[in-house]
Amino acid sequence: MIRIEAIVALGCAVFCIGLLGVLVRKNLMVILMSLELLLNGVNILLIGFGLHLQSVAGQIFVLFVVMMAVAEAAVGFALILAYCRHRETYNLDEINDLKG
Amino acid sequence: MPAPFYWIPLFPLLGFLINGLIGIRRFPNRAVHAVGVAAVGLSFLTSLWSSAALLAAGNVAAEKILFIWIPANLIHLANGASSAAFQVDFAFRFDALTAVMCLVVTGVGLLIHIYSIGYMSHDKSYARFFAYLNLFTCAMLVLVLGANLAVMFIGWEGVGLCSYLLIGFWFSKDSAANAGKKAFITNRVGDFGFLLGTGILMWFLGTVDFNAISSGVTQGLLTRPVATAAALLLFLGATGKSAQLPLYTWLPDAMEGPTPVSALIHAATMVTAGVYLVARLNVLFTFSGTALTVVALVGGLTACYAATMGFVQFDIKRVLAYSTISQIGYMFLGLGVGAYAAGIFHLMTHAFFKSLLFLAAGSVIHALSGEQDMRRMGGLRRRIPGTYRVFLVGAIAIAGVPPFAGFFSKDEILASAFASGNYVAWALGLTGALMTAFYMFRLIFMTFFGPERMDEKTAHHVHESPPVMLRPLYLLAGLSVVGGWVGLPAVLLGGDWFGRFLAPVTGHHVLHLSHGLELGLMAISIAAGAAGIAAAYIIYVRRGGEPARACAARLGPLYTLVERKYYVDEIYNGLIVGGCLLLGRLSALFDQVLIDGVVNGAAGLTRLVSRGSILFDGSVVDGAVNGVGRLHQFAARHVRRLQTGYLYSYALAVVVGMVLFISAVLLF
Repeated sequence: MIRIEAIVALGCAVFCIGLLGVLVRKNLMVILMSLELLLNGVNILLIGFGLHLQSVAGQIFVLFVVMMAVAEAAVGFALILAYCRHRETYNLDEINDLKG
Repeated sequence: MPAPFYWIPLFPLLGFLINGLIGIRRFPNRAVHAVGVAAVGLSFLTSLWSSAALLAAGNVAAEKILFIWIPANLIHLANGASSAAFQVDFAFRFDALTAVMCLVVTGVGLLIHIYSIGYMSHDKSYARFFAYLNLFTCAMLVLVLGANLAVMFIGWEGVGLCSYLLIGFWFSKDSAANAGKKAFITNRVGDFGFLLGTGILMWFLGTVDFNAISSGVTQGLLTRPVATAAALLLFLGATGKSAQLPLYTWLPDAMEGPTPVSALIHAATMVTAGVYLVARLNVLFTFSGTALTVVALVGGLTACYAATMGFVQFDIKRVLAYSTISQIGYMFLGLGVGAYAAGIFHLMTHAFFKSLLFLAAGSVIHALSGEQDMRRMGGLRRRIPGTYRVFLVGAIAIAGVPPFAGFFSKDEILASAFASGNYVAWALGLTGALMTAFYMFRLIFMTFFGPERMDEKTAHHVHESPPVMLRPLYLLAGLSVVGGWVGLPAVLLGGDWFGRFLAPVTGHHVLHLSHGLELGLMAISIAAGAAGIAAAYIIYVRRGGEPARACAARLGPLYTLVERKYYVDEIYNGLIVGGCLLLGRLSALFDQVLIDGVVNGAAGLTRLVSRGSILFDGSVVDGAVNGVGRLHQFAARHVRRLQTGYLYSYALAVVVGMVLFISAVLLF
């Protein structure tokens, strides 16, 4: 039986790596991948707590999150590809249309 | 079958419409005068027919209501208590007086229309002339046929309008245009009196119908002062239309019109409208008494006064114009002494010989290529014998030589004046007769006798007028001879047929004179006429006009006074025209100073207020609006810095916000 503390540590680590990725990376693709890491960090926590509390609700919730992540990834990548092809760059430093 | 007398004015109206609307553009001269003459000719025939029917029906007036003009409505009469249903019919009435007037207007009018064919043949406004003449005839016939004052007033104004149009027929000439205006405006003064008189009768009697007025007066519905006021106001209208003192000044100037117009309108018909009006309302004038005396005096004075001016005029038409004024004065003299039939009798004979004289004068002017000054005529007796003969007939008729027409009518007036006991009127009339004979024969002798005084070119061109002009003259000359025989007085075995014919309208006037006295008066008036003729012969033929020149030189200022027509034109110009102009100028000043001041002041005030408004708008309203905008711009300049546009700053903000949010949830 794996200890709950280890599972929480792993989930938090994955989440923090993803968070850092979103905040500091300059490449849009990588940022999108980091978003997946965020979701998966949360998934690990949901499963871990489900196991710890002897409830299937955590696993079922994870299934929904995965499905949503798939959809999000498909739409997100398509949008990013179309946008970056239009701008001919993936570098976030050059993408600042919203600057006031 | 009753005669369709209401058609009489219709024919000239149709003629006017045809010539005025179509003929003026399309018709050749021949078609124009065919329409014009036929219209008056048909009218004349209808008048004859109607008159015959009137005699056959025992001299009983016929009446025809064409339509109801003003429907009955209640009006309050002057006495306050009673009210009457006031209604005006558009009605014509044909009685003895109307019959005489219709026959004179259409008969003389027809001859003058025919004469105009020759006289106006060279004029380029031929159709316009005939259209106006027809319109005039129509208006005059409405005037004499109208059964009440309202219908009569239509004709009254209509003839005034036509007179204006025809005096100013050659309107490109300034003097003609001015003479037309003068005639029209002077007539307006009289018309004002006519309207007021009509108003008084309407207010006190509740009717304007002639028969109803007469029966109202007979029943004593009017007090004497009211009747006098109404009669005098109506007589003012008559003086304007008939060129009597003091409103006569327009008639001599009216000679600017073509000569047939002078003959028809300013001698034979229109100017006698005033005489007709007084004769038509004879019951009212007789009842008033005072008004009748005024009529007699105005008539007598005008007869003499106008005759003096006839002495010194040299324009052949102006002499005739003053003679017309003088002769109409005679008619009023006759009316004023109660001899209404005598006045109308003189109206008729005057229409014959005066239109004859005017047309013959036109023939003289025609022969001399437009010359009107008698000082440049003379010796025409042999050059235009036809015109000379008819002119002589007219002059003898007007001078009152028996058995010509003028003698009987003039003598009847004088005898009536004497019989009425108004010896002033009789003396005025007799003096007028003497003067008339003198200036008429002065005209004859200056024009037809003595040496030829025209220049060579004119003398070379002298020619007798064409038959179309001469034949009407012969007819009128015949009428001037025999026209008086319808009214032969009883003393000359005539029985005064004319007076008895008019009796249903005017009442029968019987002279209360012994036969010897009547014959004596006749002898005096013949002597007066003969004296005038003899004096003219001695002065102008025997001695070549030398005494006249000597007399003029000796009298000096008096001669100038008469020759300048007593300066009446100048006085009227100064007092009335000048007064009007002064009033106008004062009004203009008032307008400019006060009214314009108020208007301009209001405008200035508005400008001041709006300038204040602009100031308020610019500072306060615009300031508020712009201030709001500027505030937003200022805020935006500072707040926009937050928006870096970099994705990671937004992501960081999300993370920080979430951390803060969760911390807050956990802590509190």
